[in-house]
This record gives sequence, structure tokens and C-alpha cells, in this order.
Amino acid sequence: MSGSVVDNTVSSGNSSAAIPTDISGPILDLDEDDDLEVFSKDTTLTDGSSFNASMQTSPASMINQYKFEEEEEEVDTKDIFVTVDNPESHVTAIETYITYRVVTKTTRSEFDSSEFEVRRRYQDFLWLKGRLEEAHPTLIVHPLPEKFVMKGMVERFSEDFIETRRRALHRFLNKIAEHPIFSSTEDFKIFLTAESGELTSHKKQGPGFLSRMGETVKAVAAAVRGVKNRPQEFTDMQEYVEAFSQKISSLDKVTQRIVREQKEYLEELKECGPIYALWSQSEEELAEPLKTVAGCVDRCTKETEEQVKHLNDHLNPVLHEYVLCADTLKAVLRRRDNIQADFEAKTEALATKKADRDAESKVLSLAWDSLVGRSPEEVKQQKRQKLKGEIKEVTFRLSAWAWPD
Amino acid sequence: MAEKGTNLLKKMEISVAEAEKRTGKNAVNMQETYTVYLIETRPVDAPSEGTNPVPDSLWRRYSEFELLRNYLLVTYPFLVVPPLPEKRAEFVWHKLSADNMDPDFVERRRVGLENFLLRVASHPVLSSDKIFYSFLTEENGWKETVFETGFQAKADSRLKALNATFRVKNPDKRFAEMKHYGDELQSVISQLLRVRALRSAAVVQCESLFVLDSEWSAIEKEMGDGLQSAGHHMDAYAASVDDILEEEEHYADQLKEYLFYADALRAVCRKHELTQYELEMAVQDLTSKKQQREELATGTIRTFSLKGMTSKLFGQETPEQREAKLKMLETQIEEGEELFVKSAWVDVERFKEQKDHDLREALISYAIMQISMCKKPLAPDALV
Repeated sequence: MSGSVVDNTVSSGNSSAAIPTDISGPILDLDEDDDLEVFSKDTTLTDGSSFNASMQTSPASMINQYKFEEEEEEVDTKDIFVTVDNPESHVTAIETYITYRVVTKTTRSEFDSSEFEVRRRYQDFLWLKGRLEEAHPTLIVHPLPEKFVMKGMVERFSEDFIETRRRALHRFLNKIAEHPIFSSTEDFKIFLTAESGELTSHKKQGPGFLSRMGETVKAVAAAVRGVKNRPQEFTDMQEYVEAFSQKISSLDKVTQRIVREQKEYLEELKECGPIYALWSQSEEELAEPLKTVAGCVDRCTKETEEQVKHLNDHLNPVLHEYVLCADTLKAVLRRRDNIQADFEAKTEALATKKADRDAESKVLSLAWDSLVGRSPEEVKQQKRQKLKGEIKEVTFRLSAWAWPD
Repeated sequence: MAEKGTNLLKKMEISVAEAEKRTGKNAVNMQETYTVYLIETRPVDAPSEGTNPVPDSLWRRYSEFELLRNYLLVTYPFLVVPPLPEKRAEFVWHKLSADNMDPDFVERRRVGLENFLLRVASHPVLSSDKIFYSFLTEENGWKETVFETGFQAKADSRLKALNATFRVKNPDKRFAEMKHYGDELQSVISQLLRVRALRSAAVVQCESLFVLDSEWSAIEKEMGDGLQSAGHHMDAYAASVDDILEEEEHYADQLKEYLFYADALRAVCRKHELTQYELEMAVQDLTSKKQQREELATGTIRTFSLKGMTSKLFGQETPEQREAKLKMLETQIEEGEELFVKSAWVDVERFKEQKDHDLREALISYAIMQISMCKKPLAPDALV
């Protein structure tokens, strides 16, 4: 049951905000190394990264992206190392929760010192993710492990669950740390370094729930409006993500079921050995073979136990993570769509207002204003001013999106 | 399994070649669907031209097999009669439905029936039974022949007696041990059969994984090759697991046979107990009759026995009659000893040898299969 470890960590150089370094570790521990090579190339988010590129506003950040890809190849140039470990449970009057120790080692200058150690709980991670998404709605933020497990198979405080979550949180932070943009945000820095009190007060600043609401409302409105001219590459990407998401979800479900049934099988296999041993006691000639079979069954039980554990600890979390990634991708694409819809609406509005401005007369409105006692000239002036202001505002907003023409 | 060179198998080859569905009216004149099995027999010494002669064949239903076996049970109560495959699909491992019409079940039953015939044909005593022979060779009229033997009446009376509770004063130790062994064997094997230890469900999942992969590789660009090869790997794995499932079924069938054998063994013990009991009763009877004879001879009535009274009241037998009866009882007792115990014991020894041999082989192949199953990495491992 042993396989030689194939070192493919470095060859998967074509992805940015993607999986390679972390996941290939556990992957490489498995057998069947022939298949391994092919799988260490994770390309699911490659498209995402080129997608990222199209959304970068400045050439500078595009250069960052480029540089990052090079960095991927030489792991030792990483200048920040983050680990999540040591879960502990805290009991207060109101609730019980788990905190994890987050240790940061870095040589970056913007950090005050080179080592930090803080404790964070799941809510803090959620907060960080939310902030990053708000600030960069069109970038892909690596998914967090789920809040709670739907099927109720696992309790919130079971060891398994905590360990799985810890690993996922660790991956999350590392992905953020590797990301050229995210890792240099203020929020990230504070997350890694602030003492709990500081963090709480920092959390309170900045746009909170209400602004999030505003975003959602806008998003819904945009969704209703629909997108008119979506560039082909995004449509392709959408289709791909849909299909991928379906596949990976099924894969995830199937694997979970396999693990469950393997566990049941194991339970029953365990009973078999003793039965054979019991049988051997009533036999004469057959006693020896029966005892051997009993031993064999016991050995098989051990092997199967290992297999199940392996599946559970390595394959399942990976698959599940991809499911979440697919969801994230979908969300990002949706947001992108919303922004485009917004952009289109504003472009229309701009065109209308410009037309308004150039219109020579608005008989009806002039008539009304003269009734009210204003001179037509004044009214025109006011109107022009107003339109100018609006045009300025809309143009400004549009420029923020640096739409590649 | 079959001991070559025993009576019937020396002369002919026997096989249950096919199974077919039939519909017809049953005893209560209702339409029913049932399965018939084709029994083929062929003389062992083929003609020298070298062409295979067309085998004689006839069709039989499961119920006819049952009839045959019941006949054998009644006629040879001291023998461990080979068991039939199960009537209904119990201990179903791989299928969710215990459907008797299910083709897999029918196939396994066909194999079981063939096994039954071969075992009977290779048994030193059973193979020379006439009814068995005509079962194999006479399609029509066989049933009537069986009923004519009147075994049914015997069966009923034995059944009644067997079901009555009786206690034997001096149980034969060997038979008691054998019964105990039969009990244990049955318990152990049924436990094993109950443990639904298999990966069939997981296999189904693997197969669905494979399907997923083949669809998936169509939409992935760079992972396409990798996915395809993973898909192929899983296909191969699924195929190999199919083989393993078959082997597991086979193993289960072998266990089942001996489960039912254990039953047959216990039945022999029970019958022996009954015989023993009857023997004891007969001995008692003999003793009291001898006593009576003495009393009559010496004119003294030592014990007050109901039998004595009734015979006084209802007429006395002549001394000759009494002597005859006594003689008969004595021979009966001797025969009882002779026939039942000795033959039974010989048969039990034979059974033991057969069982040891068969089970040893079964266990070895089971162990090999288990080990090879563990060695194969589970498909998702390969996927990752």
C-alpha cells in the first residue's frame, strides 16, 4: 500500500488564486502515482485568474499578478507564513465557542514585527472574508468552511468537525496570504496582528450591515434588469462553472456516501473475525484454517480502517472545498454581471441626459416655469447645471470600471 | 466434492443445464408462473465414434426436488441427506429484493440443484435408490411412483413423533455431541451470513463516479486526459469488484449449503433420539412382557401392571403368540441398534470428511479474495 511520492508541487505553475501548494501535499501521499501527475495540475481556477486579470483596473496590479505567478514556482520566496492550529473551547454565560490560534511569521515591512500570535474564532474569519469581498467584489476570495453542517451528521464540537474546520481555515488564510491584492489589505493585517479588543473595535468601523444590504438590493435590481451584452468569454465561463459545479457536487455527495458505507462495512467486518475464531473452537480439522481466516479478516479490517480514514481526512475535504470554490465563482460571476448591468444602465442614463442637454427647447417645461415666474433663460441655466452635475457624476462612476473597450 | 467411483456417477453424468419460466394452472386452478429446470443425464462411456451423444433430459420444478428429498429423508432417516438450495431468497447480500423470479437467484438456484443431485449421486447409499434414479430418468409418472411408496404416511407419523416431547434415559454420547456440533455450526454460519460485509454499495458509487468522470472530461480542457485515465482506472476497478462480488456470492452459497447440512445433521440426531426413545420403550416393553411371562409361568403375580390386567380382561395370548411377539421385539431392538446407529455413524464420518474438505477450500478462497480486495486501492483514492 505504499507509493513513492511524486514531487509535482512545483509543476502546477499556471494557477494563481488556486490550490496547488496546499492540496498537493495530502494528494501526493496516496497510491496510484501514475494518476497523480495528471491531477496535481489544478486548472479549475486558472480561468478564474485570467478572469481576474480582466478586472484589474491598473496595469500595476496586472504586473503584480504576473509576478505572483513566478513566485508560485519558487516556494522559498514566500515572505509570510500563517498557521492555524490549537483549537480551544471557550465558555461564556451566553455561548460556547471555539477559538483557533493564528500564528504569523513574516518579513514584510508593513508589519511591525516579524512574529504574531493571536486567537480568532470562526466569526472573525467570516468578517475578514466579508470585508475582502466588499472591497473587491470581482475578485475571487477562497471559500471558508461552512458555518454548520446541514445534515446534522456531525456535531459542532466533535473532534472531527473541529479538525476539518481548522484545516480549512488554515488553507483559507494561506490562500489570502498568497494573493497579491488581498494579502496587502489593511483588514488582513489587522486580522493577523490585532489583539481581540482591537479587532472588535476595528470591526465596528467601516461599512457594516446596512451597506451590505444596499449592495444586495442593487444586485437584485440588476439581476432583474439583466445583462445585455455579456462578453462571450464570460458566458463561456459561466457555462463551464455551471457544469463544473454540478459535477463536483455530485462527486462530493458520492464520495461522502462512499465513506459512510465504508464505515458501515467496517463495523460489520469487525464482527466477522471473532465469529471465525468462535467457529474454530467447535472444529477439529478445520480449526487451523478457521483461525487463519480470523486473523486474515482482522488484518483486512485494519487496512480498511486506514483507507476510510484516509478518504475522510483527505479526499472529502478537498472535494468539498472545490464545491465551495465553484459556488464562489458563481457568485463572483453574478456580481460581475450586476456590475455590468449597472454600467449599462448608467451608460444609458448618461446618453439620455446628454441628449437632454443638447436639446434646444423643452417647450412644456419652459411654459411651466414661466407660470411659476421664472425666466426661460434662468430655467435653462439651472437645467444645464443640473445636467452637468449628473453627467459628471455618472462619468466618474463609469471610469471606475475601466471597461476594456 | 464428489467422490469419484461411487455408484451412480460412475455410470452417468448428471447436470442441471437450464432454467425456464413456465405458466400454468396450479392446484387451486389459479394461474401461476414457475421455473422449471432441465436435468440432463448422459452415460459416462460414450460411443467410440467420439461424437457426444445427445443427453437424456427432462424438466423438473423445485417442488419435485423437494418431494424427492422428503422421500429420502423418510426412507433413510439415519443418513445426512444433502440439502437443497433455499426455497426463498433469504440472507440476500447483494440484491435488495428477494425475488424468486430474479434471474440471478434462478441461476444460483440452478447451480444449487445440480450440486444437490451430484451429492446424492455420489453418496454410497443414496445413489442406489430407485426413486432417485427414476427422478433423473422418468419425466412422467414419477410423482405417482413416489406416492405409491407410501412414504407420506410414514413421514406424517414420524413427524408427529418427532414433534412430541420425549426424554431419553441414556442418551448416546456421540450423538449428543454431534447434535451440539450441529447447533454450533448452524449458529456460527448464520451469524456470518447475517453480517452483510460487502462493498457492493460502494461499488455502485464507484460506477457512478466513472460516469461522472466521462462526462466531466468532456468539459475540462487541461484535466481532460487525467480524468479520462482516472475514468478508465475506475472502470477496471468496477469490473474487478464485480468479480469479487461474484466470489462473495459463491462463498455465501457454500456457507449456506453447510448451514442446511447442519440442519440435516441435527435432524439425524433428533431422529436418532426418537429411535433411542422407541428403543428404550421397546426394551421396557420387552422387560415387562418377560416379567409377565415369568409370572404366568410361576403363577405369581409380583407387580400389579395395567398391561397384565388388561390382558387378563381382554383375553390372553397363547404362549406361542407371546413368544413370537417377544422374539420380534428382540430382533427389532437389535436391528435398531444395528441399522440406525452403525449406519448413521458411518455416514456422519463421511459427512465430516466432506465438510472439512469443502469448507477448507471455501475458506481459503474467501481469505484470498478478502486480501486481494484490500490490496486494491479504493477508486476515489485513484481519482485523487
